[in-house]
Amino acid sequence: MGKYKQFILICGGTGCSSSGSGDIIDSFNKALEEKGLKDEVQIVRTGCFGFCEQGPIVKVLPDDTFYVKVTEKDVENIVNEHIIKGRRVQRLLYVEPSEKEKIEEYIKMPFYKKQIRVVLRNAGAINPENVEEYIANDGYSALAKALTEMSQDDVLKSISDSGLRGRGGGGFPTGMKWSFAKRAKGDKKYIICNADEGDPGAFMDRSVMEGDPHSVIEGMSIAAYAIGAQKGYVYIRAEYPLAVQRLRKALNDAREYGFLGENVMGTNFSFDIEVRLGAGAFVCGEETALIHSIEGKRGEPTSKPPFPANSGLWKKPTVINNVETLAQIPVILLKGADWFRKLGTEKSPGTKVFALAGAINNVGLVEVPMGITLREILYEIGGGIRNNKQFKAVQTGGPSGGCIPAKYLDTPIDFDNLIALGSMMGSGGMIVMDEDTCMVDVSKFYLEFTVDESCGKCTPCRIGNYRLHEVLERITSGRAVIEDLDKLEQLGNVIKDTALCGLGQTSPNPILSTINYFRDEYVAHIQDKKCPAGVCKNLIRYDINPAKCVGCTACARVCPVQAITGTVKKAHVIDQDKCIKCGACYATCRFGAISKI
Amino acid sequence: MNETMEMKLRDVADYVDTLKLEGKDQEVKRSYLIHTLHKAQEIIGYLPVEVQKLIAKKLGLHASEVYGVVSFYNYFTMKPKGLYPINLCLGTACYVRGSGPLYEELKKLLGVEEGEVTSDGIFSLHAVRCLGACGLAPVLMIGEKVHGRLKKEDLPRILEEYRQLAKTQNV
Repeated sequence: MGKYKQFILICGGTGCSSSGSGDIIDSFNKALEEKGLKDEVQIVRTGCFGFCEQGPIVKVLPDDTFYVKVTEKDVENIVNEHIIKGRRVQRLLYVEPSEKEKIEEYIKMPFYKKQIRVVLRNAGAINPENVEEYIANDGYSALAKALTEMSQDDVLKSISDSGLRGRGGGGFPTGMKWSFAKRAKGDKKYIICNADEGDPGAFMDRSVMEGDPHSVIEGMSIAAYAIGAQKGYVYIRAEYPLAVQRLRKALNDAREYGFLGENVMGTNFSFDIEVRLGAGAFVCGEETALIHSIEGKRGEPTSKPPFPANSGLWKKPTVINNVETLAQIPVILLKGADWFRKLGTEKSPGTKVFALAGAINNVGLVEVPMGITLREILYEIGGGIRNNKQFKAVQTGGPSGGCIPAKYLDTPIDFDNLIALGSMMGSGGMIVMDEDTCMVDVSKFYLEFTVDESCGKCTPCRIGNYRLHEVLERITSGRAVIEDLDKLEQLGNVIKDTALCGLGQTSPNPILSTINYFRDEYVAHIQDKKCPAGVCKNLIRYDINPAKCVGCTACARVCPVQAITGTVKKAHVIDQDKCIKCGACYATCRFGAISKI
Repeated sequence: MNETMEMKLRDVADYVDTLKLEGKDQEVKRSYLIHTLHKAQEIIGYLPVEVQKLIAKKLGLHASEVYGVVSFYNYFTMKPKGLYPINLCLGTACYVRGSGPLYEELKKLLGVEEGEVTSDGIFSLHAVRCLGACGLAPVLMIGEKVHGRLKKEDLPRILEEYRQLAKTQNV
């Protein structure tokens, strides 16, 4: 980092960029220019800090100050006070809600205290578009070590010994996957990075690609060396334009520096990577479907075996790893399998990145050792439930996962424990739900997603999920009978047993887990025709309490279907046959006269 | 077919030529299909039958194979979009923070259903799954700009902003 005395790190991830961090960077440049400080202070546009809730984020080094919710107007203040006079701008510091205290240094923030950042080691620390900054942080030295000091088998052994399991969802041991591909016969072999992050509510892969693209390239190159591949593909969502752009830039820089291409680092290992865009099909996260998509076909899965390690892309041995898995590889090679095993649990070593979202105070990306409890993540790091509401459930694993209720908050998180709870790790999305969330509505939401995204190739998934959705539709509109619950469970289990690929085999999980843990909510919908959370429109009833109504006519005026009648200064009445339950009257009434049941 | 469409088709054809696929293996050619469709949709705004036929010919495929791919993937559309397509996120994080009612409100404000273009051609409405900006939930994206932490009251102002922008661009 050379001659500079101070550094201003500004988050250039998607969250902060959307709330204007680009303009903040411009303002800093201008302000420093005006004060003649351009040669003393360096501005770095970094990847995601993870604390998206409080963005845009600006960090000042070397004193480790962490400013939150910065706007363009604050820039001059930061330059004048902090950079020139050395005084922190107090009003921009993060205030911990529980202690009401301003926190001056980054490492003292509860959001970061419990985190161990391995995958996210460089996100928020370096400029992702500058390969030299990556190199300065040990970048490409793991590849150099592999190519010059280690045989293919040494690399395989190191990854196997580390116990690393695939971070994309299934948790398959990475070392084993690589060994299969190494042993498989083929004149060509391929390595594919699965960056088709499709779980709604998961954005860790995006942040790694945006914040540290070279770590993925280095991980892929090491994998390629280990299995003997000459060519790699990154299959990335088209919905992530910034990640695509940074990845392309990183690939060009890596080629220029001799980390990719013919004779990498002067050795006889040659390897290059191409980018392939996805086109919005969730099923393409499934290995065989993804392969077909790269081949230019419809992304439909095929049955396994044969596994891609034996017959993958163009029927050649292929390894498919997820972004987060690949980003771990360089660190494991440098620090060793033993170091990695010290993190996490025995069966799930290492760290995992989770995307916290939903009804939680600190929305963002966190990286924690496996084995941490849900409670620690949600309450100590996540800052608890938004607006002091009651916690109801946390959904993990996206549309393939399930909802975990409060009584399991102290379960240590790893691959196997989550499956035992009827959910799964998935890619690491964690959506927090509070008392205002209806669990039946949530299952319906996920089923809508699966019905939309089912590729239609196998009958259990195509028709079975459609039928499940119909039943849920009946329940939420008050037309179901209690036997429907058994139907859901029976059909759900049949789909799990018979569907062709991972999508169908896991799609009933949201329903089965919510029936298991929140059966009373289903029963309330079916027998009492009530939605306890007040979400399912058809089961809500609005009434006007004549004792409280002052006859101001506000409700009658906002009602879009003229269902409310009454004269000025007299109590109004809602015609239940006309009411469309839009809630406009409820939101408008200033006298608390309208009730919602 | 009008003149601008012919011009755009030529642009697509020129682009495929830059890939230098002549004489390559059929499977290599085919692997560029989705890539080419992305480019074509960027140039034309959608994928009419004409461009599908053109790409089929260039890549040595049957038109039905191209259509099969176009209709499979959500990102590809055979209908033109508005000048400013509105992508409203209905992913889980946005959904639990209330993007469902926002979607209904947008339908009402714009007078269109999913995938339709407004009569003035300025907007089209599309529900999407997760833009990865869950920290700002609920969000919508217009062009490449993400508008976050939305409330119902914000929508008219945002729409007006783009209507004014459309005026300055003489559309």
